[in-house]
Amino acid sequence: MAGSGLWFSLLLAAGLAGRVAALWPWPQYIQTSESHYAIFPHNFQFQYHVSSTAQPGCSVLDEAFQRYRDLLFTSRPWQPPEPTRKQHAPEKNSLVILVVTPGCNQLPSLESVENYTLTINDDHCFLLSETVWGALRGLETFSQLVWRSPEGTFFINKTEIEDFPRFSHRGLLLDTSRHYLPLTSILDTLDVMAYNKFNVFHWHLVDDSSFPYDSFTFPELTRKGSYNPATHIYTAQDVREVIEYARLRGIRVLVEFDTPGHTLSWGPGVPGLLTPCYSGSHPSGTFGPVNPILNSTYEFMSTFFLEVSSVFPDFYLHLGGDEVDFTCWKSNPDIQAFMKKQGFGNDFKELESFYIQTLLNIVSAYGKGYVVWQEVFDNKVKVRPDTIIQVWREEAPVHYMKEMELITGAGFRVLLSAPWYLNHITYGPDWREIYMVEPLEFKGSPQQKALVIGGEACMWGEYVDSTNLAPRLWPRAGAVAERLWSNKLVTSLDFAFKRLTQFRCELLRRGVQAQPLSVGYCEQEFEQT
Amino acid sequence: MEHRGLGLPALLMLLAALAPRSFAAPGPTLWPMPLSVKTSPRLLSLSRENFSIYYDPSSTAGPSCSLLQEAFRRYHEYIFDFSKSELGPARRNNAVELKQLLVSVGLESECDLYPSITSDESYTLAVEGPVAFLKANRVWGVLRGLETFSQLIYQDSYGTFTVNESNIIDSPRFPHRGILIDTARHFLPIKSILKTLDAMAFNKFNVLHWHIVDDQSFPYQSVAFPELSNKGSYSLSHVYTPNDVRTVIEYARLRGIRVIPEFDSPGHTQSWGKGQKNLLTPCYDGPKQSGTFGPINPILNSTYCFLSQFFKEVSTVFPDHFIHLGGDEVEFTCWESNPEVTDFMKRKGFGKDFKRLESLYIQKLLGIVSTINKGAIVWQEVFDDHVKLQPGTVVQVWKNEKYGEEQTQVTAAGFPVILSAPWYLDWISYGQDWRKYYTVDPLDFDGSQEQKKLVIGGEACLWGEYVDATNLTPRLWPRASAIGERLWSHKGIRDIEDAYNRLTVHRCRMVRRGIAAEPLFTGYCYY
Repeated sequence: MAGSGLWFSLLLAAGLAGRVAALWPWPQYIQTSESHYAIFPHNFQFQYHVSSTAQPGCSVLDEAFQRYRDLLFTSRPWQPPEPTRKQHAPEKNSLVILVVTPGCNQLPSLESVENYTLTINDDHCFLLSETVWGALRGLETFSQLVWRSPEGTFFINKTEIEDFPRFSHRGLLLDTSRHYLPLTSILDTLDVMAYNKFNVFHWHLVDDSSFPYDSFTFPELTRKGSYNPATHIYTAQDVREVIEYARLRGIRVLVEFDTPGHTLSWGPGVPGLLTPCYSGSHPSGTFGPVNPILNSTYEFMSTFFLEVSSVFPDFYLHLGGDEVDFTCWKSNPDIQAFMKKQGFGNDFKELESFYIQTLLNIVSAYGKGYVVWQEVFDNKVKVRPDTIIQVWREEAPVHYMKEMELITGAGFRVLLSAPWYLNHITYGPDWREIYMVEPLEFKGSPQQKALVIGGEACMWGEYVDSTNLAPRLWPRAGAVAERLWSNKLVTSLDFAFKRLTQFRCELLRRGVQAQPLSVGYCEQEFEQT
Repeated sequence: MEHRGLGLPALLMLLAALAPRSFAAPGPTLWPMPLSVKTSPRLLSLSRENFSIYYDPSSTAGPSCSLLQEAFRRYHEYIFDFSKSELGPARRNNAVELKQLLVSVGLESECDLYPSITSDESYTLAVEGPVAFLKANRVWGVLRGLETFSQLIYQDSYGTFTVNESNIIDSPRFPHRGILIDTARHFLPIKSILKTLDAMAFNKFNVLHWHIVDDQSFPYQSVAFPELSNKGSYSLSHVYTPNDVRTVIEYARLRGIRVIPEFDSPGHTQSWGKGQKNLLTPCYDGPKQSGTFGPINPILNSTYCFLSQFFKEVSTVFPDHFIHLGGDEVEFTCWESNPEVTDFMKRKGFGKDFKRLESLYIQKLLGIVSTINKGAIVWQEVFDDHVKLQPGTVVQVWKNEKYGEEQTQVTAAGFPVILSAPWYLDWISYGQDWRKYYTVDPLDFDGSQEQKKLVIGGEACLWGEYVDATNLTPRLWPRASAIGERLWSHKGIRDIEDAYNRLTVHRCRMVRRGIAAEPLFTGYCYY
């Protein structure tokens, strides 16, 4: 491969120019040298280029400038240089930003272009991007390039970076149903996602355990289904705040309302929605999945998803569809009668398909696209060709790489999560296995590979709440972030270890409770408050 | 996406969690379970303004005992310093009001002493209206009793602070109930250590085993040998000054917690070498020194001069009778490579048995420590390698394989034992591993009554390879709580589902008190 020699030299350069070693995720192309420029906080500013379509007033960038100024300069001690000391390095007093395509007030989407180039040389200190989203990624990279001498002077090395993501969907799943996560935990996570160039927050908002989403059409859902309707809910205002906070960081919010299974918490608020389970000839008092044989179910779903479609602006909704337990359906005589009438025989997958197809029709009528868990594909539900399938099962029914092959072979787009269940913990540096996953390592044509739009790190909440979320996520999720952003040739564990170790110290400096990778220390340790 | 493999208990808990209104009805939740608890359904109410903790006239300790003064203030805070939001209007109920807890220390209070292995932690608690009584022989029992009293109080569904009339008699099953923290693999800021001491008190732990230095770094700032930390710490801001150490010891004392420092040698000492020339053994590569170093050099007089002076300082800085001397995992390769060491072996007639060299070192070290009137704790290898130990030397069992057999052997030889093998909390796995820690019984080994008596307790160890201030607290709590109850409560307390229910509430209580203890399973806390 022609590129690999170049790669080697770049990696070597990075080894020499130690400052660059903090970059995470590693950019697509980087050229850097030892010569560097000084930056003086009181003198330095982010500036829009005259021909940039984004200009002052562009909230996404105005706020990003403020954020990165704070990240760069405020939380570290800094004294103005002593006038007697000779400064060898020339000064850079601004980073000039040029955005080509207008669009400050839009939302990021699956199709958003995140490319940017960053040029820091004798003539320029310049960030060029197609969109504001690319500018955000470039600002993050810029902030990782700036370093500080022991005397406290800031520097940036002469650097040329051309960067773009390998995959366009780079997600992180949080589960706010098994444990409620306070709004601040979610917002803090969005910050760290931006530091890692993640661009999708997959919000697994409700599940069996609780229903914290405060629906204005069906307020009984949270009133009866949340852990505590006063404190453990997300109001409309909270949701708007999350979406806007994410937007300002170039992050999409992909909301999941998982049905027909994983819905026990929906039941108390919507009588008749769940299937009554039977014990012999009597209802047992317990409930199963959403009842797929009633018109009222679909009326409810129509209304509910109409609300969801307007509250969550992203084109895609996640409809779940995983782990439907058939035991309850089997026990229910009305369901059995319905099965007979429909000619489904004893194949409850047919009933599941029936439900999902009806739901998909509802949602697509609202002009939304959808993502579903792999079972929907495995159970041969007829779905629209533009459905995105998320692979989560490691071994069954087939190894996840085989599953990727099958799904893409059938022409569907796919997201990979199976090897990235971060809630599964083990002793030691498990980020290595997470890092070494190659999402395209399955048999398939180039067309099939092109259907892999990305992946997601998943932090399920059975054992996770705000007490342990941050250290369990970071820096482990960073390994997924780099795999999804950087070139597929960036696979050296040693190189990654060095950079990730430094990056985690940078996270500590930024106030993130990121746990250590190995023995050692950071100049600025995490301080308990 | 996640429910595969949940056991029945977990499913039951899930169902319980689904009915938030009926689950975990308010009531007292004790952790660790006291020896004897009698509660009556009769309720007393308390209020922040009217309730106070004070001394019974019969008490030998009074307001001049700052240890108790601070504890009274602390526990008043813990009891009242939270309130449920969004509760209905406070209800005037007919319950008798509990106005006071009167504390009485019966014997000489030991208010200004340090706790020790023989400290009396027993207490009795009689909660009746309008005055409750807490009686103990020493201040240490009062501290334990205050914790229990604070756990008896809960807010009823109207937000009223409530306590059932109760009678409690309590004392610990084992006198040594420890937590090991490792400040060498990662430095832990003082704040993290103090937080840990708080949480330890909530769980009635009474020993902080401070594994303060190791290969990776030497953060202990020695007065006699300042170069040790100047050169051997991660950085000059990653050190514990004498003042820091005093702060930790006093903070621990006020909570009835002993601080036992560990200065592990002759292995695990790479960081010592940077600040103390010629202390470590130079390793050889063929006929030449390789530039690397091995364990402490056991053949030089200068080594023992240094150790005498150093441990003399340690013995004055750390007031506890015991010093942990380590002695684990001594690697012989470097000693084997060094011609001076092998000559020495020949002269001594040790042959090729480097264990004898290790023994020689440890025996000399034990001699040094006993001349300064300190007791020694060592890791099990020291016993396994047949080092001659002075009677009373405590052996800490840490190797997981057949640890019961090891306990049998150590106690058969007449040495006291601390058990840690099943309680390495740095070994994490998915799910509820606290159940595994909880079901261990430290006396579950072959041996006579006399042998069992030699088990003085156990320690939960949180080694620091992958732990620092970012994840210490949620990794330690509530997992260590399982061990806290195992070491405090009667051996008959082993109902795991009852433990689950109590521990779930106890972890919420820790969270409320500012300890970021992680959840046991799906669910939520009441506030």
